[in-house]
Amino acid sequence: MKLLKELFSGDIRQFGMLFALLALVLYFQWQSGGRVLTPTNLMNLLNGNSYILVLAIGMVLVIIAGHIDLSVGSVAAVAGISVALVMRDAHLPWWVGIIIGLLIGAVIGVWQGFWVAYAGIPAFIVTLAGMMLFRGLNQMLGKSNTIPVPADFQQIGAGYLPEIGPDTGFNNLTMLLGLLAIALLVVFALRRRAQQAKLGVTLRPFAVTAVQLVLLAAIIFFLTYMFATGRPGTSFPISGLILVALVLVYSFVAGRTILGRHVYAVGGNRHAAQLSGVKTKRIDFLVMVNMSVLAALAGMIFVARSTASGPFDGVGWELDAIAAVFIGGAAVSGGVGTVVGSMIGGLVMAVLNNGLQMMGVGADTTSVIKGLVLLVAVAFDVYNKSQGKPSITGLLTRGLQRRQSSSDLPDQTSLSSVDQQPNGPTGQNPPEQPQTLVGTAADH
Amino acid sequence: MTDSHAPLSAAGANPGPGFVEPTTESDDSRPGDTLLAMRHITKTFPGVKALDDVNLTVRRGEIHAICGENGAGKSTLMNVLSAVYPHGSYEGEIEFDGKPASFSNIRQSEAAGIAIIHQELALIPELSIAENIFLGNELASSGVINWNRSELEASRLLARVGLVENPKTPIKNIGVGKQQLVEIAKAMSKNVKLLILDEPTAALNETDSAHLLDLLRDLRSRGVTCIMISHKLNEITALADSITILRDGKTVESFPVTADIDENRVIRGMVGRPLSSRFPDHTPNIGETLLEVRDWTVRHPQVPDRLVSKQNSFHVRRGEIVGFAGLMGAGRTELARSLFGHSYGQYVSGEVRINGRHADVSTVSKAIRAGLAYVTEDRKTLGFNPLDTIQATTVIADLARISNHGVVDRDQEVAVADDYRRSLRTKTPSVKERVTKLSGGNQQKVVLAKWLFTQPEVLILDEPTRGIDVGAKFEIYGIIQKLADAGKAVVVISSELPELLGLCDRIYTIAEGRITGCLPHGEADQESLMRLMTIGTTKTDDNAKAEDLLALTNEEPIA
Repeated sequence: MKLLKELFSGDIRQFGMLFALLALVLYFQWQSGGRVLTPTNLMNLLNGNSYILVLAIGMVLVIIAGHIDLSVGSVAAVAGISVALVMRDAHLPWWVGIIIGLLIGAVIGVWQGFWVAYAGIPAFIVTLAGMMLFRGLNQMLGKSNTIPVPADFQQIGAGYLPEIGPDTGFNNLTMLLGLLAIALLVVFALRRRAQQAKLGVTLRPFAVTAVQLVLLAAIIFFLTYMFATGRPGTSFPISGLILVALVLVYSFVAGRTILGRHVYAVGGNRHAAQLSGVKTKRIDFLVMVNMSVLAALAGMIFVARSTASGPFDGVGWELDAIAAVFIGGAAVSGGVGTVVGSMIGGLVMAVLNNGLQMMGVGADTTSVIKGLVLLVAVAFDVYNKSQGKPSITGLLTRGLQRRQSSSDLPDQTSLSSVDQQPNGPTGQNPPEQPQTLVGTAADH
Repeated sequence: MTDSHAPLSAAGANPGPGFVEPTTESDDSRPGDTLLAMRHITKTFPGVKALDDVNLTVRRGEIHAICGENGAGKSTLMNVLSAVYPHGSYEGEIEFDGKPASFSNIRQSEAAGIAIIHQELALIPELSIAENIFLGNELASSGVINWNRSELEASRLLARVGLVENPKTPIKNIGVGKQQLVEIAKAMSKNVKLLILDEPTAALNETDSAHLLDLLRDLRSRGVTCIMISHKLNEITALADSITILRDGKTVESFPVTADIDENRVIRGMVGRPLSSRFPDHTPNIGETLLEVRDWTVRHPQVPDRLVSKQNSFHVRRGEIVGFAGLMGAGRTELARSLFGHSYGQYVSGEVRINGRHADVSTVSKAIRAGLAYVTEDRKTLGFNPLDTIQATTVIADLARISNHGVVDRDQEVAVADDYRRSLRTKTPSVKERVTKLSGGNQQKVVLAKWLFTQPEVLILDEPTRGIDVGAKFEIYGIIQKLADAGKAVVVISSELPELLGLCDRIYTIAEGRITGCLPHGEADQESLMRLMTIGTTKTDDNAKAEDLLALTNEEPIA
């Protein structure tokens, strides 16, 4: 009994965002007659949204630092068309194409970062200009034509993990990765627990941790199973693998490194950060450069998936990415947000799209519903903040941030959860958490 | 709208001294009777009693000056009167114009005839003089502004305050002195009975000040009652009819200004209090010179021809606590911040030497590396990130110390924060709490911890005990003394003279961006400091002498 209470006092909140996503998935699964949780659909979901999620990773950092980037769609399009052109005309191998694409992103990022950080022009203006500028550049370069990309390049957007080893009926590599993720999850959770015991932090009952771990492991296993048992030739998508890697790296950078701390410091209180020796302009510059590099990568993933680069690639992407970040609990005023939260935000949007489509709901209605979800999620946040109560987004993402913070991934407990829950029962939040959700969100 | 401007139009038809005469009032409104009586006013902020049983009586038609040190409660009292703090948020009663006053917002107090002109002018730079005068009070019919009438009335009001300007001129195009006059014209447009001026001449040059004082005399002759808050005691003794002195949130005395009242008399009233034992016992152990600043000159960030620090030289020795005393706006914070990574104003010239070696302090991170630490005066907006926890705040200024290849070691972070929590006795359940959840004193300890973590040689503490209750102040003083004993050089900037006198081994005074004197612990008292703090730039020779004398006595040549 006590165990149940413990599970559901701390854990409803901790698992909140994930539960919301799961509830959404299960609802659509039921409404669509079981067509959501199929290997093919899950693969489509991931392949069809990975580029937006890649953008959201960069965008959340930009937004934490107190800026915005409206140009990502156009930047993605320029990178995509350039890469397609050099690979077609110079017959370069796919990996050279990718490097060139990333370099183009970096150059564009330096351009925009210069204006934002050193010329002091608001990012909104700089990137609004960039949005038009790079859209035009894309169409100039491609002469408004569609340029196809070679088949090996298409792997990064439409490829799957290869079949290796004995025929087990599963995709072996996917299965291995899934089991590895579960193992790491358990190891890190237990190690964290041991560390906290050493530091003298009050631990929650072991049973609670165990139940949480089992639940998370079950989810990961289910998804692994799904991806490993798709129709022949399919498995866990390459683009999903890129995304998982990026989420792990960026969560780590945001939460655990000096650089990450400085980004939060600049967004939380720029003047205090400056007077603490943080080079605020350099931080502004770096987040803008990083955003454009990731935009270039997203553009290439999209081009690879659609097998060609076109003049209207990336239109409206910036808005999807920004929506994902805000649904994921970031604050408009900066200083708050997490990479994992943004991923969940992006997945909520993706599942809504996908599920409504399954149910035969038209694009018009889908758009209305997505708009309302964004508005309501943030409105609850703002209202509850003004009332000093916990917020929905706060509730939903807090668990994640907490979990993240205690995992070996980011530590943003301080930043995100507190902001969203001025007087919320943060104090009673158990200090001990299982390993990251990154796995669950993205390992499959 | 029309109602409130009726007197104006009448006056317009019959210009002259009768303009603001309280003709609309009842028979008992003779000059000399009581216009305002504030009785037993007590106003408490969390942890601080800002006003404690304050009484103020202002007669009709007089200029009443309120004097007191920074933080004595002058501005709080005026905010109570003008209902910035609404009725009910304080104790005591106010009687205005023969009626009990219980204003719940500024609009109501304005409607009753109380106008307050704050130190920071509340004008909108992009709007014209006329638009500013009638802002919120527009001359309009059915929502459409009558520009002709606005401008006509504005020119009449401008004529009354002696300002020759086109009412269409944008505010940003006229100087501060003239803006002050526009503020007064704005107050007059509201048929003011009591005009409150908070430091009206603080930002003005001599000519503008003289003009303003003339105007106030002129207004008095027309029957306008004024309350004036000022640090410039010569102005007060020359102009005011009576003076009320506040100290530590209490009324000390109230007396009419007669011929034998001079500045010293007022200073005595402002400071006349023995130093109580509010400081831990401390025997200084002073070593060689650690921080030396030479000819430090800094320009104002927006007004390039104004210097906020004028060739200032000073030094602080190991184990020494050195105070900086100065009135609001004298340039103490500006000096400190310009030293700390040039983070205020435009550096012109000067050198910082730490441990006898030239120190590069041109950016904040270089200043930190050179061994400087600066605890800001404005803790909430500059001291920390309000979203951060105690542990994150503690380590933010020197993350590299607990990082390995750029990766922050969180176990060390917790350990470090916990160490400082223990050694500074920060009251918090855990270092994972948000800084904003702590009381002011404990927040300050976290900020101190943040700077101690950078292992500085020199600590500059700007108003280290502002907004902190008495008990926590004692603790902070103890920490400061321990830092000095550990061989650091400590600079304390404070508006509370007793604090400086109780804590510091030596006190520099600063006025109008220039160091005007330096008094060692034994020789300084509040009167001597106040005198040096109110010295104008004209007395620089004396100041130079004071500095020289001190240098001699310390056998520590400066510069």
